[in-house]
Amino acid sequence: MSPLIQGDGQPFGGGEYEPLVPGLILLLPLLGFLANGILALVHARASANAVREGGELDLGGRADRPSTHTWPTWIGPGVMGGAFFLTLVNFAGMFDAQLHEAVVISYWTWMATGTFAVEAAIQLDQLSMIMMMVVTGVGFLIHVFSVGYMRDDPGYPRYFAYLNLFVFFMLVLVMGASYPLMFVGWEGVGLCSYLLIGFWFGDREKSDAGKKAFIVNRIGDFGFLVAMFLLFVEFGTLDFVPIFEEAEALVYGGGLVTAITLFFFLGAAGKSAQMPLYVWLPDAMAGPTPVSALIHAATMVTAGVYLVARSSVLFALSPIGSATVACVGAITALFAATIALKQNDIKKVLAYSTVSQLGYMFVAVGVGAYAAGIFHLMTHAFFKALLFLGSGAVIHAMHEAYHQTHRQADPQDMRNMGGLRAHMPITWATMWIATLAIAGIWPFAGFFSKDEIIWQIAAFGGAEAAAFPILYTMVWVIALAAAVLTAFYMTRLMLMTFHGTNRTGEKESGYLNEAPATMWVPLAILAPLSLFGGWINVPEALQTSWAGLSGALPTTEWLHHWLEPITEQAHHIQEVNLGELGHTAPFGGGEVLWAFISTSAALLVVLAAVRVVGSEEIRDAASDESRLSGFGKLLLNKYYVDEIYDRFIVNTVRRKAEFFWKVVDVGIIDRFLNALGWVTKGVGWGVSMFQTGAVNTYAFVLTVGALIVLGLSVLT
Amino acid sequence: MITEALLLSAILFVIGTFGVLVRRNAIIIFLAIELQLNAVNVALVAFSNLHGIDGQIFVFFVMTVAAAEAAVGLAIIISIFRHYETVDVNNFNFLKW
Amino acid sequence: MTVLLETIGYSNWILHALVWLPVLGVAVVLGTEERKAKTVAFWCSVIVLGLSLGLWWAFDPTISGFQMESTATWIEAWGVNYSLGIDGISLFMVMLTTFSTSLAILGSFNYIRVRERAFYALMLLLEAGVVGVFVATDVFLFYVFFEITLIPMYFIVGVWGGERRIYAAIKFFLYTAFGSLLMLVGILYLFYQTKNILGFPSFAYGDFLGISLTEVEQLWLFAAFALAFSIKVPVFPLHTWLPDAHVEAPTPGSVILAAVLLKMGTYGFVRFLLPLFPLAAQHPVIVATMLMLGLIGIIYTALVAAVQPDAKKLVAYTSVAHMGFVVLGVFALNVNGLQGGLIVMISHGLSTGALFLLLGMLYERRHTRTIEEFGGIARVAPWFATAFVITALASIGVPGTSGFIGEFLALLGTFESHPVIAIFATLGVIFAAYYMLPMVQSVFFNELETPENREVKDLTGREITILAPLCALMIWIGWNPTPFLDRMELSVRAVIERVESAASTPQAFGETTGVYQPEEAD
Repeated sequence: MSPLIQGDGQPFGGGEYEPLVPGLILLLPLLGFLANGILALVHARASANAVREGGELDLGGRADRPSTHTWPTWIGPGVMGGAFFLTLVNFAGMFDAQLHEAVVISYWTWMATGTFAVEAAIQLDQLSMIMMMVVTGVGFLIHVFSVGYMRDDPGYPRYFAYLNLFVFFMLVLVMGASYPLMFVGWEGVGLCSYLLIGFWFGDREKSDAGKKAFIVNRIGDFGFLVAMFLLFVEFGTLDFVPIFEEAEALVYGGGLVTAITLFFFLGAAGKSAQMPLYVWLPDAMAGPTPVSALIHAATMVTAGVYLVARSSVLFALSPIGSATVACVGAITALFAATIALKQNDIKKVLAYSTVSQLGYMFVAVGVGAYAAGIFHLMTHAFFKALLFLGSGAVIHAMHEAYHQTHRQADPQDMRNMGGLRAHMPITWATMWIATLAIAGIWPFAGFFSKDEIIWQIAAFGGAEAAAFPILYTMVWVIALAAAVLTAFYMTRLMLMTFHGTNRTGEKESGYLNEAPATMWVPLAILAPLSLFGGWINVPEALQTSWAGLSGALPTTEWLHHWLEPITEQAHHIQEVNLGELGHTAPFGGGEVLWAFISTSAALLVVLAAVRVVGSEEIRDAASDESRLSGFGKLLLNKYYVDEIYDRFIVNTVRRKAEFFWKVVDVGIIDRFLNALGWVTKGVGWGVSMFQTGAVNTYAFVLTVGALIVLGLSVLT
Repeated sequence: MITEALLLSAILFVIGTFGVLVRRNAIIIFLAIELQLNAVNVALVAFSNLHGIDGQIFVFFVMTVAAAEAAVGLAIIISIFRHYETVDVNNFNFLKW
Repeated sequence: MTVLLETIGYSNWILHALVWLPVLGVAVVLGTEERKAKTVAFWCSVIVLGLSLGLWWAFDPTISGFQMESTATWIEAWGVNYSLGIDGISLFMVMLTTFSTSLAILGSFNYIRVRERAFYALMLLLEAGVVGVFVATDVFLFYVFFEITLIPMYFIVGVWGGERRIYAAIKFFLYTAFGSLLMLVGILYLFYQTKNILGFPSFAYGDFLGISLTEVEQLWLFAAFALAFSIKVPVFPLHTWLPDAHVEAPTPGSVILAAVLLKMGTYGFVRFLLPLFPLAAQHPVIVATMLMLGLIGIIYTALVAAVQPDAKKLVAYTSVAHMGFVVLGVFALNVNGLQGGLIVMISHGLSTGALFLLLGMLYERRHTRTIEEFGGIARVAPWFATAFVITALASIGVPGTSGFIGEFLALLGTFESHPVIAIFATLGVIFAAYYMLPMVQSVFFNELETPENREVKDLTGREITILAPLCALMIWIGWNPTPFLDRMELSVRAVIERVESAASTPQAFGETTGVYQPEEAD
């Protein structure tokens, strides 16, 4: 199969970009999935036999594991390492070439009717390359981490099969050259998410969570599908390149483009856990923690942001669509951050934090700052993956401790932790780096990406012909408030987990140990990324100020420039219709000033949190659920959103369904049919009364009848 | 000539019909049916004089069928008699529903 | 391959062979010993399947009309001919029939314990009948085959079925026979019209196409044909025979019923309703009615399926929902919709057939179909669970499986002509997850509690042989449907062009054709 390269890959400087076997980047995880899948099936067969005999399969010691358990260790992370390496090589090639046009490589015709055709084609450009780097890079680290984390799990090969399959679909999502192909990845990652959330499917709660994720995601997928239909009817194709070339022919702010963007955003809201479809993500924490890190923090949930950034031209054309994205993002950011304040499950805090940070990314892409959105997506992938993996290390240690003493306690509950710093110093240190990064403290990665977003909101709202300036002022305020809350709940998490006295239990604390090397090495790699990752995109204004160490930081808006070929069209549309962007924040002040205000506010909150949460009494009081009242209780119960959904949507649908079945189907349609049958039968029975069985009656009737016929024929 | 033949046929047929209707003994009814058949035969022969040989051929068909019918019918009547020791048709009305 | 097929004159005899070999198989099966019947029947069906595979290569996708045609006089006085032919629309239906019959027979080895000879003879008879329906190009012959399929199915449900088998069998028989009788009236009307116009009696499909009908005639005939086919499909609200028949039928009966018998209805839509009555088929009222019924079928039956306590009944209801997509695709009256509808037909045949097989295997192990009784089966039967999950995903149209291609194209086509209906129909993807996943979860996931469930055995070699090709096909079509779409494209295009030309140039169909100006639909 020789790939057909469309687009001439014309560079505008440097050498020519020759993609190096990009198909293999996709193929490697797929092969990994197949290999691990076969191993998993073989292993599952053996363990099923053991279960049937009433026990569990003995995995043996570390050394004498069955081969079905040793091979995935090499295959799973191995294919990811290969894919990451190939991505790096391709990235380097594209970097040198300073590619200006997307390279589209087609492998075969996926589906083609008379009037509609989609190629199975991948698109390599700056945006997909950044996403591929994040997916394969962070993915590789998480695969390595999983080797340690899942080591004693009986489903080890199955786990790696799912994880490889997930990466494959995620790469299809970001590399696909058309919306339908993106949709393949889109639902494919949803499927893997379903399988991995319900990985321990023996637990009803966990497999419920998987099911919920899938169904809620499908609500979003409905939007994605409808948006695709609209696009097809308008453009006659669903490939990215021709659509974006012709998109400017659409009416700015017209009904069609607004509908397209709103339906796409419904899809994005489903996948990226935005209001009102965010409910599945906190439940998704039922999956293994590395899964939460990879799927529910770093990659899959950011697919919605990628979708909006990819469709930037369309969103730029629709002020209403963009405003919706920004507002929903802002509300979600704040809403989820408030819930995170009161959660006691370490993963739940991180889950709501993820929802909140995704809200930020949507605010960014909603105000036309597509590069800023992708920037935050990237830094978030680093520090949130680090936080999740760190929490995984903590949970692993806690689980191990309780396992040793055979105590039944929740290893994820932060009220059982405390003082872990002494037991796991590497985890402690790396997680603090991530915490400072997510809190937006200078010079950590999160500072630059978050500050960029907050500034872009102000700039967009202050544009000459801004559509809804007051709205953007509100979004700006909300974004600031959510940033402050983020700093607070993350500090609370760190304090409750690592500081103070240990509450795990006297016997148990002896068993608390630092994670093995396969687990802490990924942490140690992610930590510098969380620290320095923001430096690749230092805004021009900050670069020369204190924040850029007076020009000492290496780059100036590198990511921004890198993504320019993708975003310039959208920016052009924006400029034409909205005029020049604003230069001051809503309440005065420039970018440098507000950067200072936001980072010092965050720092103050961190310090305040140390004082407030740090004193044992206040923390204990705050964590005692029964003593909570009012707003605290509302937050602890997540605003009762799940209950409201259950009551008003889930139950209503179910009652409708029952009604349709028992009343309409059985009660009306089928009863009508049976009645028809009975009527026929009754008439037949009545008529059969004429059949007396007495032969002479028949003969008599026969004769009379014959005479009548005869008489009639004679008369006429 | 034809009128007389047809008259004979009609008389025989009416007698036969009357017999079928009023008699209760199955064998008598059976004989009455034979009478009807033969009445038709007479009519057929009479008409063949006018219309050609077809009518006479048909008579042979009727006679064959009548013979077969007699064989089957009498066998049924005998077997009924063996079961119920009567051939009164008023007693037989189980051929219903 | 093509050369090899040519040298043996494949296309000259293959259609006859596909119809008559199963009949020969019936005789052979009846002549064997009771306990060998299943093996003999299986190999008969495999031979038929093997022969039918050649169609893939022998079929010429550049011809839009019938190919491999042959004809012989049957009843000269009425113009009835024994004439067979195949085109892009029927090609995959034939292959689906031979394929699923083999698998259904293999799947009934353990399920059918009594009167085996009779059972397998009926299965082969059914195969002959269904293949005949799809390859007949004489409408009289089509009708004969259409009715012949009722007889074996009636006995399969009525003799080897569950507790309420008699009720289900009679309901199935009466319901479908009632519809076909109306169609017979329609066929006779067409026959007399043909005779009047052409001057000689003929039941040939091609001759029926050539006569012109007024719009009023078309509407009446459309109603008669549509009723017959809608019952078969089944279209809401004519669907209630289906859950009963499925639940009571033995596994192989359900498989054939879902995989191919329902397709006879939608095939009839494409083969007869659209080309024969193009004016009626695009009458706004008719289109709106059919689309609405399809839409209701998708949403309503999906909801009804979601609350079924019986797994088999659940799958039966989902059939109605899937066929709703076909109805939408067909009455979208464009190439995308129709091709999508045909792919849904194939996909539904594979996935629902496989689901029924899987549920049958589960029933053989646990002797229950109540969802509540299961739980945690994946722990003791992981391969079983894997096959089931793949099938379920194909059934709910996850991309990368055949279900997605079909539903996507069907909805895309519908959207082109009737966007609002398509948007509502797209909601079906949500409900599909809503009915399928809870069932999968309750059966295969959750705690492994009951001791009976702990005893459930994993797939045997025979069962793997059945399921592996099904799963492989679902995934293959999901990733590379183009070979399928290519082969059907021209035939589909011909149907659509015929419908469209009827509206734009009514005089092409003679003076009697009513001039019909389509009003703005939607």
